[in-house]
Amino acid sequence: MPRKYFLHPKPTPGRFISPRPFGIIEGAGCLHCFNCVKKNCPYEVFKKRKFNERNLGDTADSLCRNCFRCVQSCYGRILLKTANPEYWLQGDEYWTPEIIASNRAQAETGRIPVSGGGYNGPFAGPHFDSMWTDMSEIVRPTRDGIHGREYISTAVDLGKNPGPFIFPEGQANLQNLLKELPPRVEISLPLIGDLLPLQAYRLPQLAALGQVAQEVNTLMIVRAEEIEGKLEQFTPWLIPFLPALGKDHYQLLSKVRLVQVPYLDRQQAMNIVKDLKKINPQILVIIRIPLSGQTEDIVLDLVDLGGEIIHLLADEQGKVPGSPPQLFLKDMIRKIHLRLVKEKCRDQVTLIFGGGIALAEHLAKAIICGADLVSIDLPLLLAMECRLCRGCLKGRSCPVEIENADPAWARQRVVNLLAAWHGQILEVLGAMGIRDVRRLRGESGRAIFLAEIEQETFGQIFGPVSKVPEENYVSATQN
Amino acid sequence: MSQLPKIERARSRFRNPLGKYKIYRGKECQHCGLCAQLCPQGVHQQLGKRMLAPDDELCWGPSCREYEFCCLNRCPQGALSLSVNPSLAALKDYRWTPDLLIATWQQAETGTLPYTDVEYRVGESGGGFDRLRFRFPPAMTVGQISDEEEVPISLLLNRRKDGRPQVEIALPFYGGGMSFGSVSLTTMLCRAKAAQAWDTFTCTGEGGYPEELRQYDHHMITQVATGLFGVREETIKRVRIVEFKYAQGAKPGLGGHLLGDKVTPAVALMREAVAGSSLFSPFPFHSVYSVEDHKKHVDWIKEVNPHCLVAVKVSTPTDVDMVAVGIYYAGAHIIHLDGSYGGTGAAPDIAKKNIAMPIEYAIPKVHRFLKEEGIRDQITLMVSGGIRTAYDIAKAIALGADGAVIGTADLVALECIRCRNCESGRGCPRGIATTDPELSRLLDKGWGAQRIINLYAAWRKQLIAILKILGLKNIRELVGRTDLLYHLDYAQENIVEDDLRPIIKENNRRNN
Repeated sequence: MPRKYFLHPKPTPGRFISPRPFGIIEGAGCLHCFNCVKKNCPYEVFKKRKFNERNLGDTADSLCRNCFRCVQSCYGRILLKTANPEYWLQGDEYWTPEIIASNRAQAETGRIPVSGGGYNGPFAGPHFDSMWTDMSEIVRPTRDGIHGREYISTAVDLGKNPGPFIFPEGQANLQNLLKELPPRVEISLPLIGDLLPLQAYRLPQLAALGQVAQEVNTLMIVRAEEIEGKLEQFTPWLIPFLPALGKDHYQLLSKVRLVQVPYLDRQQAMNIVKDLKKINPQILVIIRIPLSGQTEDIVLDLVDLGGEIIHLLADEQGKVPGSPPQLFLKDMIRKIHLRLVKEKCRDQVTLIFGGGIALAEHLAKAIICGADLVSIDLPLLLAMECRLCRGCLKGRSCPVEIENADPAWARQRVVNLLAAWHGQILEVLGAMGIRDVRRLRGESGRAIFLAEIEQETFGQIFGPVSKVPEENYVSATQN
Repeated sequence: MSQLPKIERARSRFRNPLGKYKIYRGKECQHCGLCAQLCPQGVHQQLGKRMLAPDDELCWGPSCREYEFCCLNRCPQGALSLSVNPSLAALKDYRWTPDLLIATWQQAETGTLPYTDVEYRVGESGGGFDRLRFRFPPAMTVGQISDEEEVPISLLLNRRKDGRPQVEIALPFYGGGMSFGSVSLTTMLCRAKAAQAWDTFTCTGEGGYPEELRQYDHHMITQVATGLFGVREETIKRVRIVEFKYAQGAKPGLGGHLLGDKVTPAVALMREAVAGSSLFSPFPFHSVYSVEDHKKHVDWIKEVNPHCLVAVKVSTPTDVDMVAVGIYYAGAHIIHLDGSYGGTGAAPDIAKKNIAMPIEYAIPKVHRFLKEEGIRDQITLMVSGGIRTAYDIAKAIALGADGAVIGTADLVALECIRCRNCESGRGCPRGIATTDPELSRLLDKGWGAQRIINLYAAWRKQLIAILKILGLKNIRELVGRTDLLYHLDYAQENIVEDDLRPIIKENNRRNN
């Protein structure tokens, strides 16, 4: 039984004022009347505002909750609201300002985002936005509702499944049934940290991330050469990424439980696994493969050859390059998972998927599609207030000075983010009446896919789709 | 309905109502007052020798340029200019677009279609109702529909023929559950008064049955939800409809949320809880583990109140069709499906966006399944979860529902701006979804009831016009008529814009 309370969030304010989606504009022509609406703000925004000389953002905007009371009451009609470009220019079309702001808020509070009013976003969208998770209307025998949520397990295993007992025919002696258990690692959350992207190589806060991995019992993939100094004490919770095996790695390999190697070809993969196991027989080897059109066959081949754990990566936006029609991570997870199920070898391998996992809902949906667990990278930086300006890639200095952040602060922010994600997975599991995240894997019958439900309802009424609002609105999940 | 409720103009509570356009008066203005004489909408007003700030929420917008009275064309100094109101950019909402908000406010103000150029039929969510259109006849003209006879749009709620009352509502929709605590008592009273005026219903939600609502008993639905807050035998006996809430579309599979800040002493007293502590209703009913258990539930209510109808509110999981059949066989009269994009006072964002399916899919799925089961005629199918306009109601009915349940639109009529701050602190800064004594005072019961009455009147006109254009003699004929709908993603033909504005305008002209 994994530990029940392993995440300890604590409110941790940001070091900078976060840009807010909307700003207040004050036009000319103030009447200087005695009925100033600024006195009546329900949130006392104008009373609390102060000028921050370090960050030139006007703090009135950061406190405003967009109720429009002042705009609608000003005698001179001089107050207006508008979109704040500083907010809306963050990120890109996939890593939207909302995603960045949501993760940042979760890292600050450690709580599940809750709001009033119905959903205000688009009906559906590409990628993970073209599926909904299920819920269970009446109690299923397994569920215990919101009470006892702490008993919902989010633990997953890495490594080979011991598989079923095989009873030898006509033999009374069952001693042969006992077999050596393959090495396995259990972690408390169905997610691990991946190599930090952008220019976060040898980030001073990496040790804080290692500490988080130890604290919540998960794992963090780092480059082998990054394991030094303060990070070294967390070695058992790190997965060194080894592009090539060298003599100087031997000592490290005896201290870690897992190691990651890139996939070049079949032969190389098998050789390196063999070499690594020679050095440390208990070590689990993760083979890292960027997703492409051919990945399905490679995975099947690796499972045949005895591969234990495979880490499959889409690009940063969840796209799978070289897969016509454009497939997303979600579609590839389903394809690969179902193929292995069909070939009756799904349980022989642990599949980790990554690339484009930006929110807790993506994690839940990836697992429903067939992942055992996922890897995240950018959200770890978002927790540390990264604005995804990508200035660092062009050699510019970081606007939030991420390298100067206090490691203790960074640690708590990441713990908060994980706590909020964990809480949200519990919401999804609770709503479905599932009490173990392992049972969520591949439960695609308990999900609603846009393409399928469209076909089942509107498709039957209005005939075949002749045009779709977005290229990927109806994704290629039928394949 | 013999006597329609009275429509009275109910202007915005706020000094500056939000409009789609903004008019700027430049320094060149000589205060000659010509614009005030010209504008038929009364945008410009002169006080003594000074021009006042324009009431630009009344402005028609660029389409006014065609007319000889357009202030922009005629101003001798060229001092006036027009733009889209920049503040609307701060109302980013794909489902309730600024246009829909403004259209609803104007309908609630006047009881008829919006008076400025705004899209009052659909939002911009890019799917579902927003991609569906009515197949109006191509040669649709004003002369084709006469205002002589009314098309009946009433709805019989008990179709079981089980000896229980034949409750009928005058409009094909009623108000959804909003608890005392999530909204203020005044808001509940506004809704109840409007329901009474229109001979339909509104629902208490799961937060108890305040005494002040007693005079509206005949038009109240009381809810039995998983928290059982404020549920008593006497409240169940008072009403004509009792609703079981198994789940809510905004947070399917989770119980109700009322965060601590909103649990004021009055709310706590009603719910028999402690002030200031968050109230999370459990999920699900711990007494219901099967359809048989559910029947036991329904029987219990029927026993307590032998004259009530039983409604069952559920969300939309993949097996929603099976759930609906189970509800019927347990003896309920009304199935209420709440789609995943429904409203809420507080819900986790992950649940609002991701759990369960939108109502647009659930309606045809359930309608078809009930028909195949041969029980469609014996149960009333009410739907909710993103019904914002009269068009949405008509589309839902054409997809297979009998009627709709309205929540957020009622609040928008009371000038909700969808800032989505209802959940915490003192609650709604606009005095609607709050129990803070000071903020609640922002809302007046008489005014609020009139706004909702007006909105329903505007919707009624539109529903009747839609039926007439489609050549239907009763709203019942629209149920399940998917052949009268287009879906823009599937349509092969050219589409006739289904705009009612010229038709209703012409009818109003003839009537006056």
